[in-house]
Amino acid sequence: MTTNYHISNYCKIENNSLQVNGTTVLEMKDVLFPEFIKNASKAIELEYPKFFKMDNLSKLAFLGAEAILKNNINLDIENNIALVFANKASSLDTDVKYQESISDKENYFPSPAVFVYTLPNICVGEISIKNQLKTENAFFVFDDFKAEFMSDYTSYLLESGKAEKVLCGWVEFYKNDYKAFVYLVEKSGTTAHNKEVIQTLYNK
Amino acid sequence: MIANKPIYITDANCVTPLGFDIETNWKALVKGDSGIQFQEQYGNLTSIYASIIDSDKLNESFLKVSNDSTFSKLEKMLILALYPVVSKNKITEKSVLILSTTKGNISALENQDAPIEDAQLSTLVKKINTFFGFKTEPIIVSNACVSGVLAVSTAKRMIQFGAYDNAFIIAGDEISEFVLSGFNSFQAMSNLPCTPYDASRNGVTLGEASAAVFVTTKKPSHNAVAIIGDGAVNDANHISGPSRTGDGLHKSIESAFKEANIEKSKLDYISAHGTATLYNDEMEAIAFSRSNIDNVAVNSLKGYYGHTLGASGLLEIVIALQSVYNQELLASKGYSNSGVSIPIDVLKENRKQEITYFLKTASGFGGCNTAILFEKIN
Amino acid sequence: MEALKQELKAKIIEALNLEDISIEDINDNDPLFGEGLGLDSIDALELIVLLDKVYGIRLADPKQGKAIFESVETMAKYIEEHRTK
Repeated sequence: MTTNYHISNYCKIENNSLQVNGTTVLEMKDVLFPEFIKNASKAIELEYPKFFKMDNLSKLAFLGAEAILKNNINLDIENNIALVFANKASSLDTDVKYQESISDKENYFPSPAVFVYTLPNICVGEISIKNQLKTENAFFVFDDFKAEFMSDYTSYLLESGKAEKVLCGWVEFYKNDYKAFVYLVEKSGTTAHNKEVIQTLYNK
Repeated sequence: MIANKPIYITDANCVTPLGFDIETNWKALVKGDSGIQFQEQYGNLTSIYASIIDSDKLNESFLKVSNDSTFSKLEKMLILALYPVVSKNKITEKSVLILSTTKGNISALENQDAPIEDAQLSTLVKKINTFFGFKTEPIIVSNACVSGVLAVSTAKRMIQFGAYDNAFIIAGDEISEFVLSGFNSFQAMSNLPCTPYDASRNGVTLGEASAAVFVTTKKPSHNAVAIIGDGAVNDANHISGPSRTGDGLHKSIESAFKEANIEKSKLDYISAHGTATLYNDEMEAIAFSRSNIDNVAVNSLKGYYGHTLGASGLLEIVIALQSVYNQELLASKGYSNSGVSIPIDVLKENRKQEITYFLKTASGFGGCNTAILFEKIN
Repeated sequence: MEALKQELKAKIIEALNLEDISIEDINDNDPLFGEGLGLDSIDALELIVLLDKVYGIRLADPKQGKAIFESVETMAKYIEEHRTK
């Protein structure tokens, strides 16, 4: 197990709360996800009209990523930050929404803007576009969070030289149940990058 | 730590409208057969072309493997593709199942009374994992249309990292009204069977298929290929439109060549993505040109199978292996006049040719791209 | 025509999720794509659906969209001439 790499930043979004590196940035009570995430975007001073065109999964993943990247990326240079994301429900929340648009033969208007989000990796594309990350990217689906897989795949990308840093994310969204855990792995930092630490941060 | 040990694909199979094993598929392809057929009606859609597996024939073949009738069409396709691969290669404590799919059992959503779990990708892979008796937890790659190629990269990377000894990869997607209507709403469907790279092309034809390969560190004594380099780089340009510069694909190809450390001039063949949309095919030509491999023989197999989404990348690798072993490249079906701005060597006819090095590429929604370099051994 | 234009602006804002843009922000002759509202290719496809869904207009060729979707003015004019509902 390599100890050369560290988790330099992490972000969690769940239960109407946004935390960055263990500090609460926003906490709300009795609101649904769309209202919460809109407020969260204001809390991190996001100015990006495209954000409001995204589906819920992309909003969740994008915000988790932005909360970390906005302070850790220099857009004037090429940043070799790979994106490795995963979840359980894939794009099922939007799949159900799209299916509804084609289930009534009398009112059959499939929406391209909904259909495009019926792929889980679109959220990774959104993060790439915003931060101009022409880098390694992948989206995986597991039954639950797999710290070991995330750790191994990330270490491979770093040690093989295919990436300088890796932004990892577990981004689950289905029917107002959601959780995002996004973290940045790089050389600098003090928190060791290994499966035990990742699992602990995820559970915390 | 990464051990730069060689990784091989030693077994492969596929299930398509052209046949339920690799030999039948290859014979049909050499003859120029296509699975694409006119469909008068599919759900609410009329007069479309699609490449669809006959369910009765599939059920009949599936009976030879299992008499459990509770499996969905896609599950049967996947099991049937993997079955001969598993019978030739033992599943051990350090074997993993990797599934590549975009939509899995998405047609389960049509039945509003069915539990939502029926449409979950993790439910699908669990069934396959249990059927074959895998001892580790499976991995699903769901990265749009590059999933099939990325699944092979994932296997290679995880094995080189020491997480597994070997991997059984399956890839599959089925035709559904969900996907057909979506591509239709994108105005991306061809009104005739698709014609990749051709001047007449005007969109994709969708298809369904499954494929399977075995990836291992054990050097085989029979025909096989080594996976010698790979890359999967995003365009960072648009979530549905291909990059106008081919940046992501170009960078993926460069990453694969850098790792493999071979000269571009050694490349014998490119099995490209070629969906037959105006912008995708143009983007590929630009990327190949930027990587100085625009003079290499290239084809797209979409004219034979349609675009089989999460299955396509793996299916096209499986067929490319047959080209390597049989020393015969297949014509890029549907192609007659160049419709891309940079001249590339699209195969108009089957060509007898020895192949040592070949490249597989794919690109998809979300701006994703992949490239893998293979080398023939033995 | 004026009422149609107002209605159209509201429909566009709703269908394309244009956050923080109100009817007053869109001038009749503002270009919808590029510099103007900054719409992209998916928005263009969504406008084709909007024409069909709300006004019963099916474009025979999606390429027609380019001229029709130039501005709210051109769109309203096209709708008035071709609407079936």
